[in-house]
Amino acid sequence: MTTHPSPQQSNQRPQVSTFSAFQATLRRDLLIALKRRNDLLNPLMFFLIVVSLFPLGVSSDPVQLTSIAAGTVWVSALLASMLSLDNLYRADYEDGSLEQLLLSPQPLYFMVLAKNIAHWLISGLPVVLLAPLLAYMLYLPADAYWTLVFTLLLGTPVLSLFGSIGVALTVGLGSRGLILAVIVLPLTVPVLIIGAKAVADASLGVSLGMHYALLGAILAMSLSLAPLASAAALKISVN
Amino acid sequence: MSASAAATSVHAHDAPASPLLQASALFCERDDRVLFSDLNFSLFPGELMQVQGSNGSGKTTLLRILCGLNSSYEGEIYWDGVAIDEDRESFLASLLYIGHRVGVNKILTARENLRWSSALHAPVTDADIDAALDGVGLAGYADVVCRNMSAGQHQRVSLARLLLSPARLWVLDEPFTTLDVHGVKTLERLLADHAGRGGAVLVTTHHKLDVPYELRRLNLDR
Repeated sequence: MTTHPSPQQSNQRPQVSTFSAFQATLRRDLLIALKRRNDLLNPLMFFLIVVSLFPLGVSSDPVQLTSIAAGTVWVSALLASMLSLDNLYRADYEDGSLEQLLLSPQPLYFMVLAKNIAHWLISGLPVVLLAPLLAYMLYLPADAYWTLVFTLLLGTPVLSLFGSIGVALTVGLGSRGLILAVIVLPLTVPVLIIGAKAVADASLGVSLGMHYALLGAILAMSLSLAPLASAAALKISVN
Repeated sequence: MSASAAATSVHAHDAPASPLLQASALFCERDDRVLFSDLNFSLFPGELMQVQGSNGSGKTTLLRILCGLNSSYEGEIYWDGVAIDEDRESFLASLLYIGHRVGVNKILTARENLRWSSALHAPVTDADIDAALDGVGLAGYADVVCRNMSAGQHQRVSLARLLLSPARLWVLDEPFTTLDVHGVKTLERLLADHAGRGGAVLVTTHHKLDVPYELRRLNLDR
């Protein structure tokens, strides 16, 4: 081993574009999730189980179930996304990949965004797709199905983005216990309120423009700001 | 302090134009204990510097400070004459750091790990990765899941990045710990080759480096 492959010592600015680094990070995280089937299935199973406990615990009366359906699905989606949050940075922190990510010459914003998008595709999107089925189980009125799907589509990415901040802040702590939930859940309350309200209103035939606008605004804000906060928190955590 | 004196006195090159990395009046304190104060040194192209010191003397902390992973210090660090905070991007593009935690995900294969870590710095092809793994004695392991490898092999996977990266400055924290005799020889040769090509190496190790190259020493013990 004396000769080296070509890229040695070119002494130039990075030739890798931010976009290809973004893609590589996204692909890597999806690949890891696909290889760990449990992590992929856990949030979905959790979502399914929690929602199915409500008819057993509250009542199987269709009228009562209809009234709690929207909130139940939304709260369960929130908890399911909490469950898988730790996967975002924990393993990377422990094996040193996080340091490599922080030492990349690429803007950290996009690297964190790639990881958050991967997390949403793994834990958020399946929940969104499964939600109508569970809503049917809870006697949610048929005209509210699409509202449920759309609000979850706008809301679950926010859960991943806000959750990422919490994980980034706590990843360096030895024993975390409930601290992650204490940090993240209050941040997600507005999304929960608006999302659940929109679904409830949809079954009453009320106009939904405002709810969508608010959820969209929260998503836009968290897309642009949350990765910056996560990046700053990660830097503190590895310090 | 002794460190700066030792570092400058050993330096016997024909004074290259400008230092690649320069630390000026570094001070770091941890838990009310001063790890180092007024630490000055310059690292020129083609130099290999070994950071020495007893356990807990702050070797790892120093390397992490120099890379920008640790910000609890006072003093200035310059890369190519520019403070690293000012042009972080070009500094990071020239830096390759391998720490205690080698940055190898155990679920992925060696190839998948290297493809990602390279994608953050410079584009590589599959043939480059095969050649790099070959270079660190892992020929044929490209598609083996890292969970099925030993600690020394993880170390080798991460050392393959040395061969894939265009970085001029290598910062290696205890890279010899889990390597076998052949691995040690290979790595020593890589370090000397890199310095010979005009790169710079900062390395911490308790191992006695056997390189056909002038070695500078930075001692953190007082």
